[in-house]
Amino acid sequence: MADKGPTASIEAVESGLAAQGYIASRQIATAVYLSQQIDKPILVEGPAGVGKTELAKAIAAWRGLKMIRLQCYEGLDEAKALYEWKYAKQLLYTQILKDKLGEVLGGAETLHDALAQLHDFGDVFFSKEFVEPRPLLQALEQPAGCVLLIDEIDKSDAEFESLLLEILSDFQVTIPELGTVTAVAAPTVILTSNSERDLGDALKRRCLHLHIGFPEQKLEERIVESRVPGISQTLRKQMVGFIHEVRSLDLKKLPSVSETIDWARVLVLLQAPELGSEIVKDTLNVLLKYEADIEATLPQVSTFIAKTSRQSVVFG
Amino acid sequence: MRENLHRFFRAARGAGVRLSPAESIDAMRAVSKVGFSDRTVLRDTFLLTLAKTQDEKKALGDCFDLFFDQPEPSQPPPEDSETDRSDTPESGAASDTPGDADGGDDQAQDLGQLAQMLLSQDRNAMAAAIANASNAASLSDIRYFTQRGIFSGRILDQMGIQRLRDDLDALTANNPALAERLQAALDGLRDTVRETVSQALMLYGREEAENLRNEILRNAPLSRIEPRQVEQMRLLIRQIARRLRERYSKPRKRQRRGHLDVRRTIRRNAAWGGVPFLTAWKRRHRDKPKIIALCDVSGSVARVSDFFLLLIHSLHEVVSDVRSFAFSGHLIEVSDILESKSPEEAMAEIMSKAGFGSSDYGNSFADFEHEWMNAITPQTTVIILGDARSNNLDPRADILRRIGERSKRLVWLNPEGRMAWGWGDSEMPRYSTFCTVVRQCATAQQLERAVSDIVASYQ
Repeated sequence: MADKGPTASIEAVESGLAAQGYIASRQIATAVYLSQQIDKPILVEGPAGVGKTELAKAIAAWRGLKMIRLQCYEGLDEAKALYEWKYAKQLLYTQILKDKLGEVLGGAETLHDALAQLHDFGDVFFSKEFVEPRPLLQALEQPAGCVLLIDEIDKSDAEFESLLLEILSDFQVTIPELGTVTAVAAPTVILTSNSERDLGDALKRRCLHLHIGFPEQKLEERIVESRVPGISQTLRKQMVGFIHEVRSLDLKKLPSVSETIDWARVLVLLQAPELGSEIVKDTLNVLLKYEADIEATLPQVSTFIAKTSRQSVVFG
Repeated sequence: MRENLHRFFRAARGAGVRLSPAESIDAMRAVSKVGFSDRTVLRDTFLLTLAKTQDEKKALGDCFDLFFDQPEPSQPPPEDSETDRSDTPESGAASDTPGDADGGDDQAQDLGQLAQMLLSQDRNAMAAAIANASNAASLSDIRYFTQRGIFSGRILDQMGIQRLRDDLDALTANNPALAERLQAALDGLRDTVRETVSQALMLYGREEAENLRNEILRNAPLSRIEPRQVEQMRLLIRQIARRLRERYSKPRKRQRRGHLDVRRTIRRNAAWGGVPFLTAWKRRHRDKPKIIALCDVSGSVARVSDFFLLLIHSLHEVVSDVRSFAFSGHLIEVSDILESKSPEEAMAEIMSKAGFGSSDYGNSFADFEHEWMNAITPQTTVIILGDARSNNLDPRADILRRIGERSKRLVWLNPEGRMAWGWGDSEMPRYSTFCTVVRQCATAQQLERAVSDIVASYQ
């Protein structure tokens, strides 16, 4: 492969992603490195908002490749994901070419002859020109390769998984009328899943399985640092510590990295010098998305703040 | 190295990670890219390529740590642990080759290699020799804890314990001090070997041991299992539920090939002036099972009811509608309790509400008919779990007949053996005439079969 350069080592992957503002843990970097080296798709699982989709975007930006995204939903089928025949165009062309067809077939004496001549045209109407490529086929046709993001695969039906198998293992699709289309350059495939349903073993077998959980405190601080540069160091330590305390509670939806970043932005916008119980109570709705969760957290706020400011004194 | 990887894969299977050959090939390819130099990277690589769920990742991580942490002296760097086990072929035939170790002792000259090694306390060589001997004794074939002795013996034989004993005998006569040292070292060696074998058993034997235990548990009578096994049994029931879910939660639509759905075809092709480009075919919908379960919670049947309710209520994906009722003297609905609480709490609450008094089937059926008879539709399967021992009270078989007439199927599961039906106060023969199916249901296996058949009748 010509692109050995940027993906030469795990460290190179890590720094390459970091340049795009994506702070990857060692495991994520290893996964990306391996997927490039042995040409395997990555199946990323984890709670919402930990940067699964973001990973694909970062890879695309870093490698300078086009990103093609296929959002999965219930009822997604071949016609919307892979390819579709342009029926209207086919119909239109037959209408326009009607006279021409009449001319060509005019010489035929019998119906049998006409049919034989018609066969000679081959499958004019089932050629490449009449195929409408959908994301999956588009991804295979990119000359420079691309990053194919198949988002929230768990939302699609079980049948759709089987459709993906051929693409994931061999980077090719078979269109009955045209034959097999093989990828010009093997795309980097990222599949994401929120584990709403269990995926089939056949699909999992073809992928590297990466689970992204909530990051460790140090890593999350680095993520906030890279995403929200305007935030002061003490505040960053305090808020990340606070969020880690919140995650230890039994909540309906735990705040994830995207919420941390949003909250950091809000705190910067409100020009908070440090974490106080007033400002936390006012902005808790950025962090927690359910009324019950907010109610469960409110009484704990001052304890958490005390804990985190103590920590930041010790370490900072 | 390759040999070691294969053994690791086998150990991983033992730890409950499902590995196909294709996956191990992928792992090998990945490993060839990242190399062995960094242990954490190697670990991550295995986790990425082999494990497919969060649970498997955890199991595999533990297995990795166990596998690459051989009981070993502390001096060598950790990544040497696998290399020096496979790359020291010269000590393969341990007992014959004359020792070239710098023994230190003058008397050690005419001793066997093992004795010299023990006396020189060369830990690296010891570890390598043990590893080689375990390979020769094919330690990775160990499956059951009863094999520990046999494998320890084999390993020690491979290492040349026979020669060592001769040496020891000779030394006791000539040099008692050295003999004592050698004896101490030998005891140490025995311990190390035993430890190695135990660890191998943990690595390779776990799956087999678990299978054996599950097999025993599966065929044990539910009503008589010991309290400490209850938790294991719950686990087993959950496994059964998962298996049933996987088998029956497949899409519920089946195309009826060849039957054109005219209405949908016309509608779909309206855009092309009704020229039928796209065809729509008729589909047949299969119903999800609707279940009403009546469980006797008195005395010995209670335990079976407990597991039965747990199983039925873990089948959400397969069964659309479950309503459960518990009775002994009278009958109450318990669906909400089971949905909202953990199995232990739910069962405790059910027992406190309905579990007292001697069982009275007639009265309980009357309760059911009085309040919930409307819940039975022609799609419902009614399952009654109980021993049909009604303490010589009126059995009210007429109600059972009406239940059977209203429902799709009426299944009676009886924890007692067929022999006992009709003896004493058992009303089973009278009830069984109105039931579609009557089966014995005393063990987890029978429970699985019964529920599986019920669900399958809807497919």
